[in-house]
Amino acid sequence: MTTGLLGKKLGMTQVFDTQGRVVPVTVIEAGPCTVVQRKKVQSDGYDAVQLGFGAKKSQRVNKPMLGHFQHAGKGAFGALRELRVDTDSSLEVGQEIRVDIFREGDFVDVTGQTKGRGFAGVVKRWGFKGGPGSHGSMHHRAPGSIGGSSWPSRVFKNMKMGGHYGNERVTVLNLRVVAIQPEKNLLLVRGAVPGAKNGLVFVRRAIKKGNGQ
Amino acid sequence: MELTKSQLRSDLPAFKAGDTVRVFLRIREGEKERVQYFEGIVIGFHRNGPSSTFKVRKESYGVGVERTFPLHSPLIENIVVKKRGDVRRAKLFFLRKVSGKKARIREKKDWLGKKGISVPVEGTAEIPEEVVAGAEEPAQTEVTETKE
Repeated sequence: MTTGLLGKKLGMTQVFDTQGRVVPVTVIEAGPCTVVQRKKVQSDGYDAVQLGFGAKKSQRVNKPMLGHFQHAGKGAFGALRELRVDTDSSLEVGQEIRVDIFREGDFVDVTGQTKGRGFAGVVKRWGFKGGPGSHGSMHHRAPGSIGGSSWPSRVFKNMKMGGHYGNERVTVLNLRVVAIQPEKNLLLVRGAVPGAKNGLVFVRRAIKKGNGQ
Repeated sequence: MELTKSQLRSDLPAFKAGDTVRVFLRIREGEKERVQYFEGIVIGFHRNGPSSTFKVRKESYGVGVERTFPLHSPLIENIVVKKRGDVRRAKLFFLRKVSGKKARIREKKDWLGKKGISVPVEGTAEIPEEVVAGAEEPAQTEVTETKE
């Protein structure tokens, strides 16, 4: 069973369900993905397929990669990603994976690269409250005390402080598939998904939900 | 991106801020489904594609009650425009602060009618009645009470 594919986050909107309730959804243009390479346990030590997603002009690709893409014969791709499969998987090089591997009501995990926030302070990065804005407080977005003085004479490890925030790989688990539109390759999942609009996301069957139920 | 077009409703009558409307809303109580209405003055629209909403305000036993409806909600059975208001702004939030005579809204003169354009007064929209399976929770609607 094919368990995942690559896609592009298009943005969020809302839909009404059959009971008239408002459901917030993220729209993902999922697939079609082409199998570019089939890795086998005999030759590679494990079973996987390499998926290509998003057309790329062939003159933008270097020659070694072009040769790699030619095995699939579907042009060049902007994104490649490996997906583990079973040893007896029937997927062949050149085969396409489309969004119809999912059904409405399935649960999926979505992986993406979060928006980079650069060097962020503790208020944004850790949700600290910050101090009063006015009345002479002089303590606005500062972290406050970071530990004792004479003992322990040092700052404990993993103290929540400012630093780089975002631009990391994050997976959101168990998002419900609200709808799919196979003719437009669209996948609607409930809730938010990491990353900016037009960002690359990887959608797979939820690993912590049994058979996707 | 606009895949949600099919969810938009075009079967409801046109109405604006200042109009007095009666919103017929489908309510589920256990197994039974009935239609309840909420009548009041439209005090504003929040126009945002499929997420558009509108706010209706009424006075109930001396307490101001406002309710926000999703404009395209399938739970809205029908909307009947009772009166056309003549107002000069899009958001009538000032109504929260005024009461009595100040809270009246002039009715619109039928100037459209003179030009031979018919004003849709009664909404006679029909919605296909789909039997909704399952139960609980009518749409997210927010009832805010404001002191007078």
